[in-house]
Amino acid sequence: MGLETVLLIVIVSVLVVGLVAALVVGGRGSSRTQDLKVPDDLSGEGDILVGETPPAPTEDAPTLEAPPAPEAPPAPEAPEVAEPPVVEEPLTLGERFRKRLVRTRNVLGSSVRDLFGAGVTDEAWEGLEEALITADVGVTATMEIVEELRTRAREEGATSADAVVALLKDELRKALGDRDRSLGRATDGEPTVWMVTGVNGTGKTTTIGKLSAIENREGRAVVLAAADTFRAAAAEQLGLWAGRTDARLIRKDEGADPASVAFDGYMAAKATDADLLIVDTAGRLHNKTELMDELGKVKRVVEKQSGPMEEILLVLDATTGQNGIAQARAFLEAVNVTGLVLTKLDGSSKGGIAVAVQRELDLPVKLVGLGEEIDDLAPFDPDAFVEGLFSELEG
Amino acid sequence: MFDALSERLDAALQRVKGRGRLDEKTVDATLKEIRLALLEADVNFKVVRGFVERLREVLVGEEVSKALNPSQHVVKAVHDEIVTALGGQSVPMDLGNKKPAVIMLAGLQGSGKTTAAGKLATLLKKKGRNPMLVACDLQRPAAVQQLRVNADRAGVHVYAPVESGDPVAVARDSLDKAAQTGCDVVIVDTAGRLQIDQELMQQASDIRTAVDPVLTLFVIDAMIGQEAVNVSRAFLDDVGFDGVILSKLDGDARGGAAMSVREVTGKPIMFASIGEKLEDFEAFHPDRMADRILGMGDVMTLIEKAEDAFTEEETRKAEETLLSGDFTFEDFLSQMQMVKRMGPLKGVLGMLPGIGQQIKDADIDDKRLAHIEAIIYSMTPAERRDPRLLKKNGGRRRKRIAAGSGRSVTEVNRLLKQFEEARKVMKSVSKMAGMESSKPKGKKGQIAQARAAQKMLKQQGGAGLGGFSGLQPSPKKKG
Repeated sequence: MGLETVLLIVIVSVLVVGLVAALVVGGRGSSRTQDLKVPDDLSGEGDILVGETPPAPTEDAPTLEAPPAPEAPPAPEAPEVAEPPVVEEPLTLGERFRKRLVRTRNVLGSSVRDLFGAGVTDEAWEGLEEALITADVGVTATMEIVEELRTRAREEGATSADAVVALLKDELRKALGDRDRSLGRATDGEPTVWMVTGVNGTGKTTTIGKLSAIENREGRAVVLAAADTFRAAAAEQLGLWAGRTDARLIRKDEGADPASVAFDGYMAAKATDADLLIVDTAGRLHNKTELMDELGKVKRVVEKQSGPMEEILLVLDATTGQNGIAQARAFLEAVNVTGLVLTKLDGSSKGGIAVAVQRELDLPVKLVGLGEEIDDLAPFDPDAFVEGLFSELEG
Repeated sequence: MFDALSERLDAALQRVKGRGRLDEKTVDATLKEIRLALLEADVNFKVVRGFVERLREVLVGEEVSKALNPSQHVVKAVHDEIVTALGGQSVPMDLGNKKPAVIMLAGLQGSGKTTAAGKLATLLKKKGRNPMLVACDLQRPAAVQQLRVNADRAGVHVYAPVESGDPVAVARDSLDKAAQTGCDVVIVDTAGRLQIDQELMQQASDIRTAVDPVLTLFVIDAMIGQEAVNVSRAFLDDVGFDGVILSKLDGDARGGAAMSVREVTGKPIMFASIGEKLEDFEAFHPDRMADRILGMGDVMTLIEKAEDAFTEEETRKAEETLLSGDFTFEDFLSQMQMVKRMGPLKGVLGMLPGIGQQIKDADIDDKRLAHIEAIIYSMTPAERRDPRLLKKNGGRRRKRIAAGSGRSVTEVNRLLKQFEEARKVMKSVSKMAGMESSKPKGKKGQIAQARAAQKMLKQQGGAGLGGFSGLQPSPKKKG
């Protein structure tokens, strides 16, 4: 059979199916909320092995849907990993952010000033465009920001470099939005629930480790649920972090239903009166519908018990290009992400994609990852970030 | 083909039709659009600049008068230039005669080295080699364990003596170990490192010196943005590598990084990682990547997917249906099941040229397919074979079907209407298919024809497909 015939068949099939499917869908709109009603009864999933169960609940099993009774001996849940010696009083998180970016401090001011040193010219504006695009802010966002700046410069009569720098800072801060960047906490006495999501390799597990360290230091009891049951040794990785940060780890065998792990995690957090449950999830590319559905299920199953999760964080790698917008949009749609964590900002990447994402989707960056050390996680500081965007402009 | 860019170029090239060579002004306008398209695909700013300048020379004086469609003509030229920029052809892996042949992997954190190690081992094993994985990522917690599991899944040897300590020593010792166990390929997994971390870059370089690999592969995430240039240059200078693995290409990133890396380092991209399974690893194809960077559907991938998903019997039956011009719900059902096997509908549709852009933001949920299936299964065999039964006086039938499938009557009606549309498309296609099948064969001709067929199809389906745009969400919200 000729290739062209095969091709025809394929295309026609896909086309026809797509045509019919897509258009039949046309009139929906409420289907997502309907989907939420899909029963997610976990009681039928008792065949899943429980590698490690919540340690002796203080009370009896909290609800009818409680996880199966402990059968495995409590495995060494917190491997003896040496606590990182906390030698000095840790810097406040804001200080750490600044310290990391110290080499970039004031660069925005001076380099942009240089750019506009010879006057507010077309070349200078183009140079600014280049700087923003090179920082991964994206073509569209860059064009719009620069256009707006040019208009304002004209209208407000900004003819000096200083005036342009002031406008630029203002415009970029505006692009970053002014949403609340603090992490949500439960107010009803129940454990706070944070879920951490993202595509593969952005640093979800590491971020959780660092979060757990911070929370532990602040005196909160933390439970980590290893709902990444897909990637090899993901639970071991999280387990090591649990050990380092005095957190309790809830895990099951590889391939177990992630929703059931998260569920058990919540039950354990509740039973042990923990303050915080952090759910680690498997990295998934946002264009894989079935994996995104799986994530939706994790959320639903936990929320059935806990009420709305306090935070659903999307971890975005600072090196990510324009695909970051598609990622954020897909995760937002699937699980209603509440904030971003921008990781690996200690490299030379500027993380400009965060500007585009915040502009487009109004999703606040809440945390930034600044290194591999346990303390290298800091609240997002818009001013430091904006300066960082231009750190190598004149380099 | 090449619609995303060609539509943009249409405006710029409007005036050139029938005017001979491209003049300076038109070339400028054209290059501007090309520049934007490449930047949006994450090709590095400087790389774009160089590329566009080269392209200028190609385009100036380009004959376009004879081309029926100047923008198609220009896009073709751009495409060819990108293919050239990507290295032109797939570069096969050559491990030489050294035993054991060492392959070393290096890259940023989270770029996918450990996964790539498992995939590479799987590939080599399939080729009859006996690979051994070596765990030199002693940095990230549980990385060693991850490699062990991957080795286990791939069914290959693993050398992972320690969880922490000196990776250089582990790398060195692995060579003896390989000799002892009779492994002829050693794949060294290393820790992810930032290119600005001098100490760790030195360590990677030391590992390389210690094992003297025949092939050092730099693993880079297909989603990476402008930094691809700095990162790959630093790895080339400080560690050195011979080829590149582009990972996570199963995402929907346009992957301009591929062009950046190739341009800056001159090293070939050898492999693409295209899925979650260990088998999802293949040779890199510059021409497909060019399509992708330009935001165009990837027809060859679609065909390959189809070949995997469809049995011969099914293809034969589908062909019969196609040629007969008679299209029933039964045919549709089997088509749908074939397509379903190719993966999520949106992804598959996205591979169709001209559709990808239109449905980029559309919400196409595969659950709908299940609903449609339910509706069709609730029809009697007679109804499936003859949809006309459901028309005019079929009100009660339709009601019954709705009840049977648990969907609403409106939905059933809509399906019938859309089915009718699809049927029309099928009819006109079958006419053309009849004509096509008498054309010459031969690999090149086939591909050319495939493209022609696809173009024709687009025109055919065009009217109906307009519907996709109706699915797009309202204009993006601006902060």
